[in-house]
Amino acid sequence: MTQSRHSAASFLYEEPGPRGRRMILVGSIISIIVLAGVIALGLWQFGSHGQLDYDKWAPFAQWPIWEFLLVGFLGTLAAAAIVAVLGSVLGIILALGRVSKVRVLRWLATGYIEVGRTVPVLLLIYLMLFGLPQLGINLPTLWKLVIPLTIANSAVFAEIIRAGILSLPRGQTEAALSLGLRQWQTMAFVVLPQALRNVVPSLVSQLVSLLKDTSLGYIVAYTELLYRGQVLSSFNHLLIQTFLVVTLIYLVFNGSLSALASRLQKPTRKRKPIGPLATALPLPIGAVEGEARV
Amino acid sequence: MNNILTPETIGLLLQALGTTLMMAVVAGIGSLILGVLVTMARVSPIPILRWAAWCYVQFFINVPLLALLILAVFALPDAGLIAPLTPTAIIVLTVYEAAYVAEAVRSGVNTVGVGQVEAGRALGFSLLQSFRFIIIPQSLRAVVQPLGNVMIALAMNTALAAVVGVVEFTSEVNKLNLVFAQPIQIFTGAGIVYMAIALVIGLAAGWIERRVAIVR
Repeated sequence: MTQSRHSAASFLYEEPGPRGRRMILVGSIISIIVLAGVIALGLWQFGSHGQLDYDKWAPFAQWPIWEFLLVGFLGTLAAAAIVAVLGSVLGIILALGRVSKVRVLRWLATGYIEVGRTVPVLLLIYLMLFGLPQLGINLPTLWKLVIPLTIANSAVFAEIIRAGILSLPRGQTEAALSLGLRQWQTMAFVVLPQALRNVVPSLVSQLVSLLKDTSLGYIVAYTELLYRGQVLSSFNHLLIQTFLVVTLIYLVFNGSLSALASRLQKPTRKRKPIGPLATALPLPIGAVEGEARV
Repeated sequence: MNNILTPETIGLLLQALGTTLMMAVVAGIGSLILGVLVTMARVSPIPILRWAAWCYVQFFINVPLLALLILAVFALPDAGLIAPLTPTAIIVLTVYEAAYVAEAVRSGVNTVGVGQVEAGRALGFSLLQSFRFIIIPQSLRAVVQPLGNVMIALAMNTALAAVVGVVEFTSEVNKLNLVFAQPIQIFTGAGIVYMAIALVIGLAAGWIERRVAIVR
C-alpha cells in the first residue's frame, strides 16, 4: 500500500540527495512534533474533563454493551443490504433506460437520476415520515429508511453502471450484433456483464457511502448502529465514549470495504485493452493479469 | 399552497435558505483549501505527512457525517469543547468534505504530465514552488467536474445539520410542515429548491471547466 502511494507521487520529485534527505528528516521531525502536539492537546483536553477516567471506559469492556451496539450494527447491515440489492437492480434498469434508443425512456431515466442525485435524502425521509401517513400508508420503520435511500442510491448506481456501459469498446456490441444476437441479447449477455465487472470497484465504494447513509435511520428511529448509540448514551450518559465507539465500528467495517475497493481497482487499472484470448474465455483476474504481462 | 406562502413564512424560509447557502459557501471554500493542503501532504516526500493525510482521508470517507455531527454537537461539550451550533456544523462539514476534495484533487495530481514537473525542476523550482505554480493549478483544472460533484454533495449534506438543531432550510421547512400539515407540497417544494441549488453548482462547474480547460 505504502509502496504504491509512494510510486504514484514519486514523479513529483527526484530521488533526494544528501540535502533533500536532510530536509525530509527536518520535515519529518517537525511534522511528528506538530502531530504529537495536537494529539497531546486533545488527550489533555479530554483528560482534564475526566473523559479518560477508567470508570468511563470500563463499561465498554463488557460484552452486553457490545452486544447492544452490534444488534444495532446488524440493523445497519440489513438496511444496507436491502438498499444495495434494490438499488442495484433499479440502477441497472435506469442505466439501460439512460442508454436506450427510445427517447421517452431516456428522458424518464435521466429525470429520475437527476432528481435522485440532487434532493437531500433527509427531505425524502421527512416525506416518508409525514407525507405517507397522510395518504393513509404507514410503513414499518425499516422501509421508511430503505425507500428514500434506494431512491437516492439507485440514481448513483445507474450513473456508475452507465459509465461502465459507455466505457466498453464499441467492438463488443458490433461483434455481438454481427454474430446475429438481438439488441437485448447483446445488452444482456455481452455488454452488461462486462460493464458490471469493470465498475465493481466504484460499486463497492458506493456501498460504503450507502452504509454511511443508513445512519439516517437515527431520524426514523430504526434500530441501526447510530440510533442504538443514541439510546445507549441516554442510559449511561457516556456520550463521548459511546459515540467514539460507534464511530470506531463504522470506521473498521467501512475501512475494510474501502480497502477491498482499492484492492479490486489495482488489477483493472494495469489491465491492457482486453486481448483476444481474454474475451473468448472468462479467465479469473489473476490469469488475465498474467496474460497482459506476456 | 397559497395559504402556506404568506409574506411571513416566505421571510422565514428565505432567512433559513440564507443560512443553508452561507453554510454551503463557507464550508465549500474551507473544504477546498483544506482538501488541497491534505492532498499536498499526501503526495509530499515526508512519509509521516503522507501517512497522516492518508489517515485523515480514510477516517472521513468511512465515518457517517451524521455520527460526526452528533459527536461534535452533543458529545464534545462534555470534554469542554463547545462552540456555537452553526459554526460547529460548518466546521464538521468542512473537515468532512475536505477528505472528498482531497481524493478528487489527488486524482488530478496523477494527470499532471511528468514533463511539466521535470521542466519545473530544470528551471530550478523548489518543491513548494512546483506545487504552487505547476502541480496544484493543473490538478485543479483537471478535476473541476468531480469537485463540482463534491460541492453538490456538500450542499445536500447541509440538510443534515437540521438533525442536530441548526435552523437551516430543511429544518424550517419541517417546522412549516408541522404548522400547515401539507407534507407533500411542502417537501416537494423544498426538494425543488435543493435541485435548483445543485443545478446552479453543476452549471457553474461546467462553465468554470470550459474556462480553465487545459488545451493540449
